[in-house]
Amino acid sequence: MMETGSEPLLEVHELDAFYGPAQALFNVSFKLARGEAVALVGRNGAGKTTTLKAIMGLIERRSRMSRYAGTDIRTSPTHRIARLGLGYVPEERRIFTDLTVAENLEVGRLPARSHRPPWTTTRLYKIFPNLGEMAGRSAGSMSGGEQQMLSIARTLMGNPDAVLLDEPSEGLAPLIVEQMAQAIVAMKNDGIAVLLSEQNLDFAASIVDRALSIETGAITFDGPIADLMQTRRHT
Amino acid sequence: MARAICWSVWSSMSFSFVIAQILNGLASASSLFIVASGLTIVFGVTRIVNFAHGSLYMLGAYFAVTLMTPLLDVSRSFPMFVLGLICAALLTGVLGIALEVLLLRRVYKSPELLQLLITFGLVLVIQDLVIRIWGPLEILGPRAPGLRGAVSIAGVQVPSYDLFLIAMGPLVFGLIWLVLARTRFGILVRAATQDREMVAALGVNQSILFTGALFLGAALAGLGGALQIPRAAASPQMDIAVLTDAFVVTVIGGMGSVPGAALAALIIGQLNAFGIVVFPKSTLVLVFLLMAAVLIVRPYGLLGRAEPLSLRVVTPEGFTAIAPTSAPTWRWCGVLIAALTILPWAVDAYAQKIAIEILIFALAAFALAFLIGNGGLVSFGHAAYFGIGAYAAGLAVKKLGFGMETALLLAPLAGAGAAALFGVFIVRLSGIYLAMLTLAVAQIVYAVAVQWVELTGGDNGIVGVWPARWASSRITYYYLTLVLCSAGIFLLHRVLHAPFGYALRGARDSAVRADAIGLDVVKLRWLAFTLAGAATGLAGGLYAFSKGSIDPTLLAIPQSVDFLAMLLMGGIQHIAGALVGSTALHTLKVIALPLTDMWRMLLGVMIIAIVLLTPQGLVGGGLRLFRRSTRGGASA
Repeated sequence: MMETGSEPLLEVHELDAFYGPAQALFNVSFKLARGEAVALVGRNGAGKTTTLKAIMGLIERRSRMSRYAGTDIRTSPTHRIARLGLGYVPEERRIFTDLTVAENLEVGRLPARSHRPPWTTTRLYKIFPNLGEMAGRSAGSMSGGEQQMLSIARTLMGNPDAVLLDEPSEGLAPLIVEQMAQAIVAMKNDGIAVLLSEQNLDFAASIVDRALSIETGAITFDGPIADLMQTRRHT
Repeated sequence: MARAICWSVWSSMSFSFVIAQILNGLASASSLFIVASGLTIVFGVTRIVNFAHGSLYMLGAYFAVTLMTPLLDVSRSFPMFVLGLICAALLTGVLGIALEVLLLRRVYKSPELLQLLITFGLVLVIQDLVIRIWGPLEILGPRAPGLRGAVSIAGVQVPSYDLFLIAMGPLVFGLIWLVLARTRFGILVRAATQDREMVAALGVNQSILFTGALFLGAALAGLGGALQIPRAAASPQMDIAVLTDAFVVTVIGGMGSVPGAALAALIIGQLNAFGIVVFPKSTLVLVFLLMAAVLIVRPYGLLGRAEPLSLRVVTPEGFTAIAPTSAPTWRWCGVLIAALTILPWAVDAYAQKIAIEILIFALAAFALAFLIGNGGLVSFGHAAYFGIGAYAAGLAVKKLGFGMETALLLAPLAGAGAAALFGVFIVRLSGIYLAMLTLAVAQIVYAVAVQWVELTGGDNGIVGVWPARWASSRITYYYLTLVLCSAGIFLLHRVLHAPFGYALRGARDSAVRADAIGLDVVKLRWLAFTLAGAATGLAGGLYAFSKGSIDPTLLAIPQSVDFLAMLLMGGIQHIAGALVGSTALHTLKVIALPLTDMWRMLLGVMIIAIVLLTPQGLVGGGLRLFRRSTRGGASA
C-alpha cells in the first residue's frame, strides 16, 4: 500500500479482455496520474467501453499488471475495486429506475477515504440543481440528461479519487452536453482524476489535455490531445 | 346445461356463504403471500429460483411443531405462540444463511439449469432428512391459545385463527415494505433486483446482500410454514405442494415483485375460495387457466418486468447441442445396437426388465436433451408427458378396450397433444420462467391424475395394462422397446441435423436475431416441444406395458428430476448420452434402493456434488470420458 507522489493513481499494463471465447482487448497499457484527466478516444466498437469494464472487473480480463492507488487489482472483484476509490459511470447510465433519485444516491454512498470533504446529497444538489428538485421522484421518470447527471452524482457519492466516465455526452442535447462538460471540469478541479471515454474529440478536448486512441482493441496513440486532433485533420 | 350450472352456482351463493368464502380466501391469500414473498425476494436479488424454498417452508412447520410444545408448556398464552412463530422463522432464516454461504454462493455465475438443479438436489436431501428426524408420519401441531374458537361475522362462524392469518398478511407486507423502503439494506436489495452488476460497480459487497436476502427469504418461508401448523399437520410432502403454489403466485405476480406477489396471492385466494363452487374437485385447473391468461397478456407477470440482462446463460457450455454424428460414431452406434440385440440372451429375466426400463428412460431423456440442448428449453416437468403417454396407453386398453398396438399409437399422440396445448403458453417464455411454468404445469397434471379418481384411479392408478399376446414374452417386449426407442432417438437426432434443428438452435442462441432473419421463433419452439412430447409420450406408453400398471408417481416431480439427472450424468452432446445417463442412474437406483431408505438423499447429494465439482457441467467431462471409453472399445 506504499504510495509515493510520483506513482500513478491507475496503472494498467498489457491488459487483455474477453467476451466468452472472443478477445476484445490486446495489450492495453496506460497510466493515469492523480488529478489528471485523460480521454480514451476511438470509434464505435474500438474497445473504449471494454477497457473501462475490464479495469472494473466487469468482464473477463487478464493483465501483466493493474494497480490502483498502489493496490494490485488484477483479480479483485468489482466491488473491492470500487471501494478503493475508483468510480465508474457506465455508458448506458444504468440508474435504478425503480428507486427514487435520493435512493439512487444512497446506493452509491461509501465512507469518505481522502482528506477531501466527503460528497453529500446537499453538496451534489448544489452542482446538479435538477436532482435536488426531483429527490423524491422515481429516477425512471427523468430525462436522459437528468439520468446522466444522476449517474455521475451517484458515483461521486462513493468519494472516488478517480472516475471512469463512459461516453457521458452520448445522445444528449448540445445544451446538456455543455452542462456535462462543466460538471466534469468541476470534478477535475476538485482533484478527481478522470478517464473519459469519448467519440466526440471536440467535447473531449474541452476537458482533457492528454488522450489515448484505441483501435480494434489496441492503443495506437498516447499523447497530447492537440497532437491527436492535428493528425486526424491531416488524414 | 350451462344455464343449470349458473343457476346452481347462483343459488348456492347465499350472502353468508359469500362472506365465509371471501374470508377463507383472504386467509389463504395471506399464507400464500408470506411464502411467495420470500421466494420472490430471493429471486430478485440472486436471480436464482430457489426450489428449496418449499423445503424451508416445511422445516419452518417442523421447527414450530417442535418448539411450540415446550414453549406452551411454560405458559399457555398467545404471546408464547407468537414467540414460537418468530423462533421458527429465525431458525429457518439461519438455515437460509447456511444455504447461501455453502451452496448458492458457488453457483451465481453458473448457468440457470445448474442453479435450479442444485437447489433441487437440496429438496431431495431435506426430504430425507425430515423423514429421518421427524419420521414419515404427519405431526399435528398445537393450536394457538386464545384463537381456538370462532367469531361470528354477519351470521357466519369464522375461525379466529383465520382472522389472525388475515391480519398477518398485511402485517408481513408492511414489515417487508418498511425494510425495503426505509433501510439501506432494503434500498440495496431493490437496486440489486434491477441491476446487481451496477450495484457492485458502486462498491457494494454483494455477498452480504445475497446472504441477507436469503435470510429474509428463508425466514419468510419458515414463518409461512409455522403459521400453518394450527390448520394443517406438518408432513414430509408439504414442500412440493407449497412450492407449486409459491411458483404460481410469483409467476402470476411477476418474479422479483413483492407487491406482485401480494396481488397474485389475493386473486388466487379468492379464485380458490369461489372456484370450489364451479370445480369442487380441483381448483388447480382454474388457477392454471388464470396463469395461462395472465402469461399471454403479460409474459412476465402482472407487476413483473422483462429480464434486465438480455444475455443470460441458460445452459452450460457442455450442454450446447447434440453434435453431428461422425462416421466412426455411427459405426460405434452400430456396435452398440448389435450389443443391445444380443444382450437379452446373455442376462437373466430381472436384468431384461431393467434393460427395458433403461431403454425407455433413454428415449424420454433424449427428448429432454433435444429440448434443452437444441431448443434451450429447460423443462422441469418432463415427466408430465411421460406420464400422460402412460395414462393414455393404460386408459386406451382398460377403458376403451383397444389393443396394445393402438394404445402405443395413442401414447405419443397424447404426449404430443398435451405438449402442444401446454406448449402454447410455455414456449413464449424463456429461462427460469419457462422452467417454473413447466414445473407448475406438471404439478397440475399430477394433481388431476391424483384427484380425478373415476378416470385415473387416483393414487392407486391403473393396473393390468399388459402387452398383446404376441409381445407378452419379456424378450419380445425387449425387442419391441429396442426398435421403438432407437427409432425414436434416431428420428429426433435426424430432426436435429435437419434445417429445422439448425433454425431451432439459432432461435436458442438469439431469439431476436432469429426473428430478424425471418424465423418464427415461437412456432419453432412449439414444434420442438410438441415433438419432444410425442417421443416422451411413446416412452411413457412403452413403460406402462412393461410395468403392467400406472400410478401418479410417473408424472410427479421426482420423475422429472430423474430425467434431468440422467442428462447431468450422461451428457447431452452425444447421441448415446441419454442412454449412458439412463443406464447409470437407473442401475444405481436399482442397486441402491434395496440397500438404503435414503435414495433421495443419495441422489440429491450426487446432483449437488456434480454441479459443485464440475461447474462447467459434468457433461463435458462425462462426454470426454465417454469418448475415451468408446475409443477404447468398451460400450455402454
